[in-house]
Amino acid sequence: MTADVGTPVPMRRKGGTVAFVLCGLTLLLASLSFAISVGAVAVPAGTVWGVFLNRLSPGFVEQTWSQGREAIVWNIRFPRALLAMMVGAGLALVGASLQAVTRNPLADPHLLGISSGGAFGAILALLHTGLFLGLLTVPLLAFAGALGATAIVLAVSRFADATSADRLVLAGVAVSFIVMAAANVLIFLGDPRATHTVVFWMLGGLGLAQWDQLIYPLVILCICGAWLVSRSAALNAMTVGDETASTLGIPVARFRLVVFVVGALITGVMVAFSGIIGFVGLMVPHVVRMLVGGDYRRVLPGSALVGAILLLWADIAARTVMAPEDMPIGIVTGLVGGVGFIWILARKRGA
Amino acid sequence: MSIGANSSGADLSVRDLSWAPARGGTPLLHPVSFEVQAGRVMGVVGPNGAGKTTLLRLLYRFHKPRTGSVLVGGEDIWHLSARDVACRVAAVLQEHPSDFALTVSEIVALGRTPHRRGFGGAAGSRDRDIIHAALARLELHHLGDRHLGTLSGGERQRVMVARALAQEPHLLILDEPTNHLDIRHQLEVLELIRTLPLTIVTSLHDLNLAAGVCDDVLLLESGSCIGFGPPRDVLSEAALSGVFGVEARRERLAPSNTDHLTFHLSHKETHL
Repeated sequence: MTADVGTPVPMRRKGGTVAFVLCGLTLLLASLSFAISVGAVAVPAGTVWGVFLNRLSPGFVEQTWSQGREAIVWNIRFPRALLAMMVGAGLALVGASLQAVTRNPLADPHLLGISSGGAFGAILALLHTGLFLGLLTVPLLAFAGALGATAIVLAVSRFADATSADRLVLAGVAVSFIVMAAANVLIFLGDPRATHTVVFWMLGGLGLAQWDQLIYPLVILCICGAWLVSRSAALNAMTVGDETASTLGIPVARFRLVVFVVGALITGVMVAFSGIIGFVGLMVPHVVRMLVGGDYRRVLPGSALVGAILLLWADIAARTVMAPEDMPIGIVTGLVGGVGFIWILARKRGA
Repeated sequence: MSIGANSSGADLSVRDLSWAPARGGTPLLHPVSFEVQAGRVMGVVGPNGAGKTTLLRLLYRFHKPRTGSVLVGGEDIWHLSARDVACRVAAVLQEHPSDFALTVSEIVALGRTPHRRGFGGAAGSRDRDIIHAALARLELHHLGDRHLGTLSGGERQRVMVARALAQEPHLLILDEPTNHLDIRHQLEVLELIRTLPLTIVTSLHDLNLAAGVCDDVLLLESGSCIGFGPPRDVLSEAALSGVFGVEARRERLAPSNTDHLTFHLSHKETHL
């Protein structure tokens, strides 16, 4: 490997980061505004923010729109867009963190069995138990499944002494296959006429977003996200290597498991409300590293920002490509993500 | 501000230290004891698989000893927290960092991790001074914004040494610091080892380098200590011939008038 004298120096830190954050936030607000205004009934952006401001303090803006418009904007599109932002931010945060602690650039929230467990729970609810807990049945069982799979991965890693990065990934992949096999048994045993609901759940979608459910992903995202950001320095050290990280005073094996569990909490709650949305957690951190460099103090907030924007746009695409039908959002992220990843791959070869 | 201003060596005292993998049992290191006084340089030499890396891992608190203890500045490293040990002991290892786009400055800044308290580990002005001093000491300033993945092997090695110095350790452990380096960079690393005011433990493959730079040498064979002391005594022709399975000769170089070890396959093996 030779030093390339012509390698571009990354953008100057301070100014670059501020510019990145400002651009990102502006883009996020613009995307949010666009995501809410676009759809079967087009709503002007002014109305979108008018509704928003009037909800914050009634009478703030003179109401020039119909009650129907207000209902579409406030009851359907706002929660859906907010859920998209949270899911995108959450999956990207988890992907970035797992990539550091496993030192595996292909690490992804769905790699370690978490999503398979979520799928198992959701299939159980959709095909077998019925909605015995009301509308929250599917999310609750999916979340329980995700945590159950996580517990199994932890047990296997203990049983097989798989505390190293590579072995934890292998344990996760193995458990993922086993749980998925069990989930497929549930599909096989279930009512074949209902299996399409499973397919739609597994491909991901944000259509069921409701205001009163948003609190769950929000709380978990805020708590777990803040914890991850507070561990940025340790995550940086983990990218160098286990032994070096341990000479910097980091309890490597335990830290990796804690990050894994925190990641499972975030992924579990996101999967529960949105199904399995692939590629966001894998790709976004790579894009962010190209923009702001590899320091996790910038990678984590940057990933959350870019992930939120990306999923807003993926949902816009999912809603408009086959309107009035919703295309499953997992198809959009898979397609865009896969093509984007090939682009990154080709770029890296030149670097 | 120079690094040496705040750093000083600490006595290293190793007593009956041994290790075996938790499962499997065969000991990779049999009980060994030695003392390294503050500021001295100790070399660990021996054939592949002799237990050099195992010994070093015990010294930087990666392996927990099966028996015995490691005292740095009189304190048992297993009675201290990992973080407190990291403020006293730094290591430069042969791990190859995966390319996560960290820059040279960011890698060196990692050395401040154990010293930081508080949310996210924000760098204070003292931290920045120390990072700058470490970069300057290894002549890395012009590379500060480069990604580690774009550097040559020698430059990476210097980055990892700078990172270790930023840790302000009293004991510095180096695992084969001259591996894969060209001759100029080897000499630079050795020069650094000679001039740092720290206590240094380094494993070395090249016995002549070890003899040249170390105050004391520990010779290992199959996990056992064969000898410990000044290089002239430990690296004798007889000991080296036995441990490495070669014919070792100590020759006198002219015109520098220094000792130099040469090695040859023994007569029997050359006929194989």
